[in-house]
Amino acid sequence: MTPLLQVENLAKYYGARIGCTDVSFDLYPGEVMGIVGESGSGKSTLLNCLAGHLKPDHGAVRFATRSDGLRDTVTMSEPERRMLGRTDWAFVHQHARDGLRMNVSAGGNVGERLMAVNARHYGDIRDQAIDWLGRVEITQDRIDDRPTAFSGGMQQRLQIARNLVTGPRLVFMDEPTGGLDVSVQARLLDLLRGLVRDMGLSAIIVTHDLAVVRLLADRLMVMKDGHVVETGLTDQVLDDPQHGYTQLLVSSVLQV
Amino acid sequence: MKEYNFAYLDEQTKRMIRRAILKGLAIPGYQVPFASREMPMPYGWGTGGVQVSAAVLTPDDTLKVIDQGADDTTNAVSIRRFFQRTAGVDVTEKTGEASVIQTRHRIPEQALREGQIIVYQVPIPEPLRFLEPSEVETRKMHALEDYGLMHVKLYEDISQHGDIATAYAYPVKVEGRYVMDPSPIPKFDNPKLDMAAIQLFGAGREQRIYALPPYTKVVSLDFDDYPFQPTKADHACALCGSTTSYLDELITDDAGGRMFICSDTDYCATRVEDAA
Repeated sequence: MTPLLQVENLAKYYGARIGCTDVSFDLYPGEVMGIVGESGSGKSTLLNCLAGHLKPDHGAVRFATRSDGLRDTVTMSEPERRMLGRTDWAFVHQHARDGLRMNVSAGGNVGERLMAVNARHYGDIRDQAIDWLGRVEITQDRIDDRPTAFSGGMQQRLQIARNLVTGPRLVFMDEPTGGLDVSVQARLLDLLRGLVRDMGLSAIIVTHDLAVVRLLADRLMVMKDGHVVETGLTDQVLDDPQHGYTQLLVSSVLQV
Repeated sequence: MKEYNFAYLDEQTKRMIRRAILKGLAIPGYQVPFASREMPMPYGWGTGGVQVSAAVLTPDDTLKVIDQGADDTTNAVSIRRFFQRTAGVDVTEKTGEASVIQTRHRIPEQALREGQIIVYQVPIPEPLRFLEPSEVETRKMHALEDYGLMHVKLYEDISQHGDIATAYAYPVKVEGRYVMDPSPIPKFDNPKLDMAAIQLFGAGREQRIYALPPYTKVVSLDFDDYPFQPTKADHACALCGSTTSYLDELITDDAGGRMFICSDTDYCATRVEDAA
């Protein structure tokens, strides 16, 4: 089986400081990988490099494109990368307002990606928007409301609908449950798990919440100070942490 | 008048503006930045259009200036007088006799011919501005032909009003490439953008010039199931009886009295004369 995403010796520096360095991994279709670590450990930098928002200083990020197999997205032209960004990739931001257009209705938000890939039939776009709002448990009568009128959890679900409407194959998530209260978090995680399984999505989830990765991720990568300190199957890493930092991380979670 | 150089601007400035115009004509619909000058009028009164007109005027030209179709409103009268005084060119109110027409937000009813130049005053040249506030980002979107957002605006119109409610400054796609704001002309005028004359657009405050060479293909954006429709008031002109021209609504008293008359005063007056 060929990997969907192949990362090789990725590094990003901010001047003399390390953003992240020496990151290599393969992600296979249908696999969900979690990246955990404390604030400032380079998780978000890594995710932004993978998603093409930041240009890494060296290394390669190869993505299995539909037409010509593995392509290095770092050296790819900007239009090609943007095309991936609105078709095969999705990016879920921590704060829904970063990923949504707050002055555009929910339907418009979901339809934007469709229109960006040249959907030009209003009726079809609207039907798809209604379908997707339903899948993320937003009722149809809210389709013309703006996200400003939505609760935090609904905004986050809307952001997910907006991202998944074009049927991406790889989803990047940056703290998708951050800032939500626990019961809303649980519902969102449940929803995400269902969508990931149903659509056979691959995903890379950055979080500092170990419960999130326990539920969603097949594999885990632990980062500290820009370096990957431990990788492995999620249960293996969480139940039998080898590296000192991972042991600290796992033991810092309150057992209720 | 000796106090000013011909047409107010100095020759170096006109040269700079002409370069921007030529670049604009070479890349139809692309917004060319230019070093807009302070003009003796406030921004929003046509400083961009005036600079473009000044750069293209020659002593042999005949100038017509219209404001919302009319030759006799403040903006039109003062700009016309400005060029009479600083350039000494002939002026006219007849669309057919003018070689340069500066317009604020209308295209004359009479079809323009080859050899004529029409100069539009543009307040906001960026069609994506109210959707994407960052200039860096909008430029990137133009460069990469990333125009999905433009349709989001039309989508919002339909979802809120049941129809595309944008009635002026209706976005167009030029030669299948650049999305362009045709300045705030009513969408009734959009089909006329496909014309024989040279069209130049000047935005003074925003420091942009763009252009459409003659016979450029200009398509108004729409959806397959909500096609573009030019609209006008459903009346005939109260003065000349035209049913095909764009109409202004005039309130005539405080008892609900109103009349609809052609916004193009020259077109209307000519028709009244011909009928008499």
